[in-house]
Amino acid sequence: MTAPSPASSVATGPPPQGAPEAGAAPEKSPAVGPPLWLLLELTYRCPLHCVFCYNPTDMPRTGAELGTAEWLRVLREARAAGAVQLGLSGGEPLVREDLEELVREAHGLGFYINLITSGVGLTEARIATLKAAGLDHIQLSFQDSTRQMNDFLSSTRTFELKSQVAGLIRAHGYPMVLNVVLHRLNIDHVGEILRMAERMGAQYVELANTQYYGWAWLNRAQLLPTREQLQRAEAVTQAFRERVGARMKIYFVVPDYFETRPKACMNGLGSVFLAVAPDGTAMPCHAARMLPGLNLPSVRTASIRNIWYDSPAFNRFRGEGWMKEPCRSCPERGRDFGGCRCQAYLLTGDPDNADPVCELSPHHGQVVAAVAASAAAAAATGGGTERPLIFRDHRVSIDITAGPAGGGA
Amino acid sequence: MSAAGAVPEPGLAGLDARPAIAAGMRLQWEAAQDAHVLLYPEGMVKLNPSAGAIMSRCDGQRTVADIVADIERTYDLSGLATDVRAFVALALQRGWLEQAT
Ligand code: SF4
Repeated sequence: MTAPSPASSVATGPPPQGAPEAGAAPEKSPAVGPPLWLLLELTYRCPLHCVFCYNPTDMPRTGAELGTAEWLRVLREARAAGAVQLGLSGGEPLVREDLEELVREAHGLGFYINLITSGVGLTEARIATLKAAGLDHIQLSFQDSTRQMNDFLSSTRTFELKSQVAGLIRAHGYPMVLNVVLHRLNIDHVGEILRMAERMGAQYVELANTQYYGWAWLNRAQLLPTREQLQRAEAVTQAFRERVGARMKIYFVVPDYFETRPKACMNGLGSVFLAVAPDGTAMPCHAARMLPGLNLPSVRTASIRNIWYDSPAFNRFRGEGWMKEPCRSCPERGRDFGGCRCQAYLLTGDPDNADPVCELSPHHGQVVAAVAASAAAAAATGGGTERPLIFRDHRVSIDITAGPAGGGA
Repeated sequence: MSAAGAVPEPGLAGLDARPAIAAGMRLQWEAAQDAHVLLYPEGMVKLNPSAGAIMSRCDGQRTVADIVADIERTYDLSGLATDVRAFVALALQRGWLEQAT
């Protein structure tokens, strides 16, 4: 036995906003490993209508939700294929009345179960049942600490309810984990958000900047913060960290538009992450539906093992064969895998291109221009919004998809 | 991405400490990875065999001295105390383990 080192490898499941983990290192093995992280988007139904939601803009076109028996089968097959981290999200997963049953089965199978919720629908009775069923972890998402802003951003009054939910989460012995989505309209409130998180007894706070897919893509011009806002928010966060010390862990995820290298999105598509949409569509990332020609498989007609190992969609971006220049010959390609395929597609029209967040990309100018446009728009409107934000509801969704522009993609 | 800072040297855990898997984390054997893994919210650590041997004995009952003795007996080795204490200190610092009270 040699001197113990902490771990032979660390695989960080890719949460929606990519919380950083010190020492995280993707395994560089050419062999395809198991789908360690399974995300089930149980429903698109959601009582909120958030402007930054990354659910697809063609929501009404997606088919009927899987039934309980089908989700149970997905859980069993995925666990047999090696999945171990389970995320249950939506929409709002609490809308599903069989959530407790799914959690019970998943726990029995040995999953570590994360519930990602807005908190709407989480009652004392439900949290007690979920806890007894084996739910390991709850992530509460919060849009803002000021009710006015919160109501504005989600088109509904949820602020006080969430404070109550935070109390329930703590009372049931869960760590209080708060995810706050930042953007131009709330980023100046970051100090207030952190103080509120402290009052709620939050132990972990993720300040995640919006990723520009789905609804957020349509609203990008209104949501992208300015560089000055970002610097102020980071300074406020740092001062707060120094005051609270180890009591509260705060992650501040800078929007990648302000970076010069892309994030290692999903550790590369098809390496650890498998998401299943409400209608059973299996996806190598939760936004992959937008990618052209992917022909995503469905759990209704194929097994998880088959989908993960054999489907063309999950093999499409494995390895490096798909890469174009400058990634193809770049010494950094093993680290970031060329960045996000969806962002490459949205901004350049070709998912095989380098993520234009990378300053080596010939399309990087588009990202620079978007940041500049955001600064100009913010200056022109005093930080407000000059175009009405598009809220997520079925009616708007139909308007968008019925138009000749075809869903903004 | 700015959570990771300079990490102080964790040192050695006391021989009479009774470490336990931290609340909210779970250690389990994963046949698919042929390893012990430590599961925590939205992440996991795949442990090497040595780390797995130590962590799987951290039940909040046994002291570090007990764990050293048990591992030395099981693997027919000696002189592991320093390595085990260093690992336990590191795991405590990372929040994988906590002190049972
Ligand atoms: S050129 Fe491609 S591989 Fe190289 S750093 Fe940029 S995105 Fe990453």
